[in-house]
Amino acid sequence: MSDSPIAVETHGPELRHHFADVEQQRDAASLGMWLFLATEVMFFGGMFCAYLVYRYWHFHEFAAGSRSLDIYLGTINTAVLICSSLTVALGVRAAQMGKQKLLVVYLLLTLVFGLTFLGIKGKEWYDKYEEHHIPGASFNADDIVKEYPQIPINQQYEQTFFSMYFAMTGLHALHMIIGVGLFTVLLYLALKGRYSANYYTPIENAGLYWHFVDIVWIYLFPLLYLIDRKPLK
Amino acid sequence: MSERILSSKLYIGIWATLMCLTVITAVVSFVDLGPFNTVVALVIATIKASLVVLFFMHVRYTHERMTKVVIVAAFFFLLLLLALSMADYTTRFLA
Repeated sequence: MSDSPIAVETHGPELRHHFADVEQQRDAASLGMWLFLATEVMFFGGMFCAYLVYRYWHFHEFAAGSRSLDIYLGTINTAVLICSSLTVALGVRAAQMGKQKLLVVYLLLTLVFGLTFLGIKGKEWYDKYEEHHIPGASFNADDIVKEYPQIPINQQYEQTFFSMYFAMTGLHALHMIIGVGLFTVLLYLALKGRYSANYYTPIENAGLYWHFVDIVWIYLFPLLYLIDRKPLK
Repeated sequence: MSERILSSKLYIGIWATLMCLTVITAVVSFVDLGPFNTVVALVIATIKASLVVLFFMHVRYTHERMTKVVIVAAFFFLLLLLALSMADYTTRFLA
């Protein structure tokens, strides 16, 4: 980079002139994204902390409630999210290499996996609705109490488990919906040929967001579905 | 972040490892390990999260040191929140 004002004219439109080069511009954008993700860690951290405290207080209710979740759908959904993370990583790679068509394919695949996750999650929520396991006036956990006579279960605290379940999976699903929205915009812009090997910052940062949401689920899955699956004594 | 472009084989290897760990954690949860069920589940989750951060999110290869500072800070404050809260709640009503 030269200090001559003429040098300003030599870079492409993707480089803002207050950055020395595209690499510095990319590093700055990426650092900003990581700072945002750090605030997201604290955002979800509060929920995880509340979950830990209530689980410590009402372990039996949390264990029984966890066993009522569909572990197969939960495991499949974990796998779906991991697949979507792979397509995001490969999409960023395609963008780095300037392969625009490949990028479009991976963005589409990511959207398909993301929507599959949300569909399966919706099915799980609907099952809970049918079982009257949604906290509120029509909440009824008689089926859980009957299924585990060896566990002392207080229905009030059982409701606490499902409140945590819906709050945490709901907040995660909201992040997924935002992610799907982001990737739809990226797909539109990628189809218009907006991204190149020189400029793919939005792809990379949306990718970081998507991976973060995947990591949140990586912790939600064992904490909600796998608390106490071992055979009861 | 880094200029370095990783091979797709590496990404697919990480993906395969993550899938295996998911199956393992689901199957192991049905085995009675006493108090260690939760420990095993959380250790596997942490290994999976680390793989995603290091490889999918390119942190292993970035030359930008501030990124690592931000990650360590986020992790540290999360740990502070969880550890100090639980140190309080788990030791109440003991006397």
